[in-house]
Amino acid sequence: MIEQGNILFCGVGGQGILLASEVTAFSLLAAGMAARKSEVHGMAQRGGSVTAQLRYGTKVYSPLISPGEADMVVAFEMMEAVRYLPYMHSQTKVIVNTHKIFPPAVATGKMGYPENVLAELTSRDIDVKELDAFEIAGKVGEVRAVNIVMVGVLSTYLPIDEQVYVDVMNERIPERFRDVNIKAFQEGRKIAAA
Amino acid sequence: MTTKSTDKLWLSGNEALALGAYEAGVKVASGYPGTPSTEIMENLSKYDGVYTEWAPNEKVGLEVALGASFVGVRALATMKHVGMNVAADPLFTSSYTGIRGGLVIINADDPGMHSSQNEQDNRNYAYAAKLPMLEPCDPQEAKDFLKTAYWLSEGYDTPVIVRTTTRIAHVKGQVTPGEKTSSSVKPEIVKDAAKFVMLPGNAINRRKFVTERMKKLSEFAETFPENRIEWGDGTRGFITSGISYMYVKEAFPEASVLKLGMVWPLPEKMIRSFAEQVDELFIVEELDPFLELHIKALGISCHGKNLIPAEGELNTAIIRKAITGEDSAEFAPVALPPRPPNMCPGCPHRGLFYALSKQKVFVAGDIGCYTLGFLPPLSSMDSCVCMGAGVSAVHGMAKALGEEGMGKEVAVIGDSTFVHSGITGLINIVYNDSYSTVIILDNRITAMTGQQPNASSGTNIKGEPAQMLNFEELCRAIGVKHVVTVNPHEISETKKVLKEEINRPEPSVVISRAPCVLIPSEKKRVKVPYWTRIENCTGCKACLGLGCPAIHWVPVTPEEGAKLGFKEKQKGYSEISIELCNGCGQCAELCKFDAITIKEDK
Repeated sequence: MIEQGNILFCGVGGQGILLASEVTAFSLLAAGMAARKSEVHGMAQRGGSVTAQLRYGTKVYSPLISPGEADMVVAFEMMEAVRYLPYMHSQTKVIVNTHKIFPPAVATGKMGYPENVLAELTSRDIDVKELDAFEIAGKVGEVRAVNIVMVGVLSTYLPIDEQVYVDVMNERIPERFRDVNIKAFQEGRKIAAA
Repeated sequence: MTTKSTDKLWLSGNEALALGAYEAGVKVASGYPGTPSTEIMENLSKYDGVYTEWAPNEKVGLEVALGASFVGVRALATMKHVGMNVAADPLFTSSYTGIRGGLVIINADDPGMHSSQNEQDNRNYAYAAKLPMLEPCDPQEAKDFLKTAYWLSEGYDTPVIVRTTTRIAHVKGQVTPGEKTSSSVKPEIVKDAAKFVMLPGNAINRRKFVTERMKKLSEFAETFPENRIEWGDGTRGFITSGISYMYVKEAFPEASVLKLGMVWPLPEKMIRSFAEQVDELFIVEELDPFLELHIKALGISCHGKNLIPAEGELNTAIIRKAITGEDSAEFAPVALPPRPPNMCPGCPHRGLFYALSKQKVFVAGDIGCYTLGFLPPLSSMDSCVCMGAGVSAVHGMAKALGEEGMGKEVAVIGDSTFVHSGITGLINIVYNDSYSTVIILDNRITAMTGQQPNASSGTNIKGEPAQMLNFEELCRAIGVKHVVTVNPHEISETKKVLKEEINRPEPSVVISRAPCVLIPSEKKRVKVPYWTRIENCTGCKACLGLGCPAIHWVPVTPEEGAKLGFKEKQKGYSEISIELCNGCGQCAELCKFDAITIKEDK
């Protein structure tokens, strides 16, 4: 469990990274911790590489994670996990959705999607947890719940009771999406335990 | 928005500023959207008892707020840093008139240019316009400082600038809400020509007032509680403000820090006294050496931009490394295919730029989502300076090149941008008679900043029906004889019109009209996605020329190709990600082999 730390969420604009970071932040706050979060708005949200940076602990000043100081990296897209390698250190835990989204140079056939890209992390002895969050969300019945599956996996690394998250989701997610999201969260936790 | 455990709110800096405006009793607020300032006005529009609006541009917004202040209500203008350039005219003279109701201008700078064309440091405006400027370091301070700003404004008869940066505006933190306050100024019409009519005779007197006011504010700065010293060990002393304060506290928790809540005017005595009590003085600030220059002008020696970068954002690691040489990074970046932003699947701009890319012309561009038309494969923008610049510049090109240049250049500008700053340029084209062609990319909304309505959208900031500016009628009234409207999703028709209008020896306007896919009505509309009939695809890659995120190339080996029935030379095929496709049909129009059809046709 990480008592004080820095969580870097990364992926592609439009993947629901803001909501995932928001649910995690609310859960940290509900558990009595201080937190700050930095988000990306504007141009990068149009399909570019985006991050949300969440820092928590007893006292937090900077809203930004410095290179080499992310304790957790939650990557919503496989290659994006590797893009943020400079933020990692040798003890960083990385959770990766193995779903691929092709950037323009790959989609137009100018470049290939890098093969076995996660080896860039594992070869540096970084701990990587891979999962197909897209598939899990699909099984739960809502592909858009990918972000909450990721929150579920992440939750197992943080010093917060499962119930705190469930309470937060009950309070904040509109009723018609609530059950499917809580289910997605629990599936994420199961995968993490597996 | 409260968190159960603490009853504090979890707010972004911009949400906190909106709450601060509400708590300060602001009655009239006007602004133009611009990252990272947009959410201030969006959030403020949800509160009761405050009038909010999207103005056509920042100059209008500030003048609206100034008018409201003249009749005695608290008023707010919001803008991004480059918007301040547009609003600079009323800004400088409002410094002379002063106010009646409190007047605050929130200015959001964008160090690092996350979503901007430059990273100018607008603290320089406070110095140049002789206005006080406050700079918060987090969402709580953002809210509190805004209330303080109204108190200062009314106490010293001055507009006050509150400066944020991206890492204040878009950072979330806990905020304790406060009491709602109000102004003691009575809303009424007061005629006071000596104060409000700035012709030379009056302005000369107000100029003297401004000098006196700034002198008084300098004295106030010495005792302002938000200019505070946090004593640590005396070896290193830091003078800093805003987000840089956070980085300093984290990098050097033991050091002494003078945190400036007000970055102009500066507390000279406090700075001198602090400088004397530390062994080594460091000024840590993003962008320009603003504090450093003014502190050095006091004859105080210090470190500043000799160590701290003047370009881009700072962070804890940059400051630590600049001063101690320690580097927290363990791993270097790995080379990967870049992932720049892109126009959305189904974006109408894509069709227009695709058609434009076939014209071989210089495209004088502008600011908006469509600036992404610069990126490959469309590669159809050749200049982008500021809002409206394309329209004016294309006329300049025509005048410079004369007949030689005819048919070789065109301006593109968005609907909101045209209203912001393009109309005057078009008037110039007609009045001073050039053959220039202007394309208005009318997607019905101010898209890049997150779909804010504008004067041509038909709704106001609250989503209520509003008068809709008619571009065709406007352009004709200006005197443009050739105004043609096209649907950019119909690429061949658009190409034909572009060719004709660009080559026309008279002023012309092409209105490229189709709604942004992100506006609520478009999001709700059921779309029929397209898909690829792989057996028909010849691998010609014509559809890939659009650069649509929903289309990607699938390479195949000769064996796989043979199995699919491909000719020997075919190296792969195009595939549409149905879940991403918005059904615009641009790719289907480009496909000559009937390989792209709507899903229902299967």
